Amino acid sequence: MKTFKITWRNIRRSPYQAFAAVFVMTLTFLFISFFTFLLYGSSKAISYFESRPQVTAFFKQEVKQADIDNLKNELNATNKVASTKFVSKQDALKIYKEQNKDDPLLLELVTADILPASLEISTIKIENLSDINSMLKDSPLVSEVVFQKDVVSVLTSWTNALRSIGLGLIIVLSLVSIFIMVTIIGVKISHKKGDIEIMGLIGAGRWYIRWPFMFEGIFYGGIGAILGWLISAGVLWYSTPFLSSFLKGMPIFPIPLIFIFGLLGIEIIIAVILGTLSSFLAVLRYLK
Amino acid sequence: MIRLTKVSKQFRTGVFALTDISFEVEKGEFVFLVGPTGSGKTTIFRLITREALPTVGEVIVDNWDVTKLPNNKISHLRKKIGVVFQDLKLLMDRTIFENIVLPLEVSGIDSSTAAKIVEGIMEKVGILDHKDKFPIQLSGGELQRAAIARALTLEPDILLADEPTGNLDQATAKEIVKLLADINEKGTTIIMATHNEDIVKALSKRVIALNKGRLIGISGKKPKVHTEHSEKKSAIIDKEKEKEEQNEDF
Repeated sequence: MKTFKITWRNIRRSPYQAFAAVFVMTLTFLFISFFTFLLYGSSKAISYFESRPQVTAFFKQEVKQADIDNLKNELNATNKVASTKFVSKQDALKIYKEQNKDDPLLLELVTADILPASLEISTIKIENLSDINSMLKDSPLVSEVVFQKDVVSVLTSWTNALRSIGLGLIIVLSLVSIFIMVTIIGVKISHKKGDIEIMGLIGAGRWYIRWPFMFEGIFYGGIGAILGWLISAGVLWYSTPFLSSFLKGMPIFPIPLIFIFGLLGIEIIIAVILGTLSSFLAVLRYLK
Repeated sequence: MIRLTKVSKQFRTGVFALTDISFEVEKGEFVFLVGPTGSGKTTIFRLITREALPTVGEVIVDNWDVTKLPNNKISHLRKKIGVVFQDLKLLMDRTIFENIVLPLEVSGIDSSTAAKIVEGIMEKVGILDHKDKFPIQLSGGELQRAAIARALTLEPDILLADEPTGNLDQATAKEIVKLLADINEKGTTIIMATHNEDIVKALSKRVIALNKGRLIGISGKKPKVHTEHSEKKSAIIDKEKEKEEQNEDF
């Protein structure tokens, strides 16, 4: 308890240094939070695209149902197709109406006749997509083929790049935080050199002198983590309505509360580790 | 209680601060350490408190060989020795009470007990009225008393007073010396470093004279051991030893 009191007094008596330490920690954890939300969103987006039909073939207007059934059978005969789903002109109209229910003008202009029937196909293996795609493109019945593989692969490569860059930045920011904290705590130790010397001379043990500085680092880390998390969670909460309408159809929002609070828990653990490490380095360097 | 045997201390610059010093101080004794500035008085105190190690020789304090004392025992040694530093070493941003209570805080004594002990000592040295003042608000004599009070809080077996009358007028100096003599009467071993001849003459105690780091003479006889060890102090030390042993077991 006494150690906590000393720690709090040390923090109160040098508010600008305390502010600098908390500020740098807040920035680090703000970035970690945003980056985690971004990774969560992109992984959800990838899952969404992967769960969608991988190839969609839109048929020409004059194609008959029997020809479509033949094509379906041919595809199934390749043993590369996992499932097929036929979407008729009427089904397409229903989907269109559902997607544009808030815009009556768009609904008035469209009838089932102008929408194409389509066949949604999922393959057993992702590498079979190209064969199925070529087969459909060669068919005289098909007017257009939408191939999801490109979307998924582009998104996956972006997510991987994002993950690497983000992790790199987190490591750099954490190192910067550690160096700044070591410097700040080091300055405080140097500033209190006289007091520390006197305490040593009147019989204070090594750890009696060290603990308040250790707790100070942990305090800065903890407060930084909580502030960084609060800001990022606030921004996320504020922008959720806009983002969910922008990414309509993707099941990303709202981000579950258990995920958000789990992130806070993990960030506090990281903060304690960073704070302890920084203080320990400062104490080793300046309190020999 | 304190024994220095053939002690020499050479600084990194090559200068010898002490050369071949041997003397003994009995338990409960009051000894003056005299000599001009630079004669090695403060260095002897630094060796006794393990602030410095001798280049050669042996320093024994209360059966502890200070030169071989492991680092984790230094704080125990320093709790047995109260020191009134030449520059007082009071913390300027703390009140007089906070300065004096510091050794008790360091020893883990609870706040209410510590407050009672400190108030008792402040009353004894005559500065209870200045309890909540900061060092800058006190006179030289009052600061000296505050430093003595802090040195006494743990009821040390030994009190080292380094030039405690150095910057004081004659009357105040006499008061301080009388205070130290009273403390000695109650059983604390005192070594007082000074170059004030009047004070040395006024109290007919044993004198260890130094010059340029060499022992030039010891005058007076060693008294018989006549003091009883403070039970309270023993209890604190025993408690800390127990705690230390428990920590070592872990």
